[in-house]
Amino acid sequence: MIQPATTEITYRDAMREAIRDAMRRDDRVFLMGEDVGHYGGCYGVSKGLLAEFGAERIRDTPLSESGFTGAGIGAAMAGMRPIVELMTVNFSLLALDQILNTAATLRHMSGNQFGVPLVIRMATGAGRQLAAQHSHSLEGWYAHIPGIKVLAPATVEDARGMLWTALQDPDPVLIFENVMLYNMTGTVAADAVPVDIARAAVRRAGRDISLITYGGSLWKTLEAAAVLAGENIHAEVIDLRSLRPLDDATIMASIARTRRAVIVDEGWRSGSLSAEIGMRIVEQAFWELDAPIGRVCSAEVPIPYARHLENAAIPQVPGIVATAKAVLGRA
Amino acid sequence: MTASAEKPHLSREHLLALLRQMIRIRRFEDKCAELYTREEIRGFLHLYDGEEAVAVGVIPVLEQRDRIVATYREHGHALVRGVPMKAVLAEMYGKQDGCSRGRGGSMHLFDRATNFYGGNAIVGGGLPMAIGLALADRMRGDDIVTACFFGEGAVAEGEFHESMNLAALWGLPVLFVCENNRYAMGTALALSESETDIQRKAACYQIASEAVDGMDVIAVEAATRRAVHVVRETRKPHFLECRTYRLRAHSMFDAQLYRDKAEVEAWRHKEPIVRFQGWLEANHLVHPDDLACIESEVAAEIAEAVSFSEAGTWEPVEQLTRFTHAEAEG
Ligand SMILES: Cc1ncc(C[n+]2csc(CCOP(=O)(O)OP(=O)(O)O)c2C)c(N)n1
Ligand SMILES: [Mg+2]
Repeated sequence: MIQPATTEITYRDAMREAIRDAMRRDDRVFLMGEDVGHYGGCYGVSKGLLAEFGAERIRDTPLSESGFTGAGIGAAMAGMRPIVELMTVNFSLLALDQILNTAATLRHMSGNQFGVPLVIRMATGAGRQLAAQHSHSLEGWYAHIPGIKVLAPATVEDARGMLWTALQDPDPVLIFENVMLYNMTGTVAADAVPVDIARAAVRRAGRDISLITYGGSLWKTLEAAAVLAGENIHAEVIDLRSLRPLDDATIMASIARTRRAVIVDEGWRSGSLSAEIGMRIVEQAFWELDAPIGRVCSAEVPIPYARHLENAAIPQVPGIVATAKAVLGRA
Repeated sequence: MTASAEKPHLSREHLLALLRQMIRIRRFEDKCAELYTREEIRGFLHLYDGEEAVAVGVIPVLEQRDRIVATYREHGHALVRGVPMKAVLAEMYGKQDGCSRGRGGSMHLFDRATNFYGGNAIVGGGLPMAIGLALADRMRGDDIVTACFFGEGAVAEGEFHESMNLAALWGLPVLFVCENNRYAMGTALALSESETDIQRKAACYQIASEAVDGMDVIAVEAATRRAVHVVRETRKPHFLECRTYRLRAHSMFDAQLYRDKAEVEAWRHKEPIVRFQGWLEANHLVHPDDLACIESEVAAEIAEAVSFSEAGTWEPVEQLTRFTHAEAEG
């Protein structure tokens, strides 16, 4: 049998390869954002691309999040396929007006006359002691907005494949890259292809409880599942991959098997994506449940700087284990 | 040095105090960099190496009642303003003895006692706050000036333009201090601005402006005196562009691919401490004893700050959610 060629790369490299690929494949694609060019990207994703593609297509912008996100919208409407990079989700709030009021509304509001095929990438999440203006997980907020898609690649393979899929979409797609994943390595096929984004992935099969998560929390949740296995509890771990739309079918099918659920989300609990998922389970699978649904979310505070406080503020393995056991009545 | 022409009371004590503050910031930050490599300090750390003459030239001109809004590159501003060094360092250690209880770190130093409204880590984010502070002062008729520091990178932000307009439109007593160090992270000024003569932008908003050599502490101080006087008298904004240079990396994660070593080297020769000290020496205004004394006092202060920070305590995790809202007074 012929083994497909694979390579071992980091999540960061996978993102860069995905951009490079897209730029080579389609000359309508260009990358624009703060320090994507001469600096090499604030998380090093676009390092080297300026030399390869030049300053027109690896386009450094001034500090004008609202301005250049709006420029991405216009360019997309005029037939380009821009990738806008916002340094972090916290800074994306300066462009929120453009994202929500323009990118997300235009197709509907123009009676299907104008679409915005724009991809916006940004970093998200805590864990690097960057305090309360650089560490939040607001992807759940964006998942509230009709008119956009929200992706959260948690694996190197998804980092490599999702950009391609997103660029084929006729409407705006936001890609959230958890900062703790950039250095993670994984294996991808040497000639990558677009990945399906319609389905959530079962990353570990189990029969006792469904642990539903995405992004940076996936790896903590898998670790928690391994701990639970040591106590003879077989947890199923679901990686949502897409936060909008949500793949209800995969979630409900898992709950039909396990009859119990815990949602792990680095966003805050109140008014959150985890609340949305919990409510969908209640709406669609209430009679399947054997126990109340559990949640592990970030504490309701601005993420603090001090390491011990930051750790205490976001989901961690022991909390996931304890919540799963409580839902199982084995606390 | 532009010294004598501008400024009336250049006493020897005063000149030595300026030198002392610049050396104090430089040595303190050298220690911070060392502590960062030892991982005592984490997160982002933005050093002010080369830019000291700006904070040292501007801040002492302000009165105690005046207000300061700064950026994430604000260690020097906090120190000159009088935030105790030990509280600044303990903050970077993440200890509850820090000036923000260890919740803010290097980029978010706050100190109510000295009207220090913080380091802000959103580029341009401090400008609207300064507008609001000054608006309150104007509405109450208080004789207070708000000094707002920001980098030249912030000038591209919408919030800068919105704030300039409001300050002029409403007649607000704000001193805008642009610390033009020629780079916003790796983006050189010419790559981000159509008009690179930053102070000219103020004219569109009918704000009086001046550009000054930000490597010359005396020139900065003299320009600030004039500017603060105008703001206080007219209750109108003023714009001061300090032309300076960042000698170190943007933060500790920066490989500096965007500039030549030779360029940095050239600026090393123009840096404010060497320059001011040389001028003092040439004019026989400083003696080797003075320098030795400054160095030893500063070293002692830093040593004390380090031991204070090491001995500091972690805020109990049980207090994680405290102060999310104001607490009822007991
Ligand atoms: C709204 C926003 N966008 C981007 C950043 C990331 N960032 C931090 S500092 C910086 C450069 C700012 O340059 P400048 O205003 O010149 O200040 P300097 O660092 O040179 O003192 C950038 C892009 C940020 N913190 N906030
Ligand atoms: Mg700058």
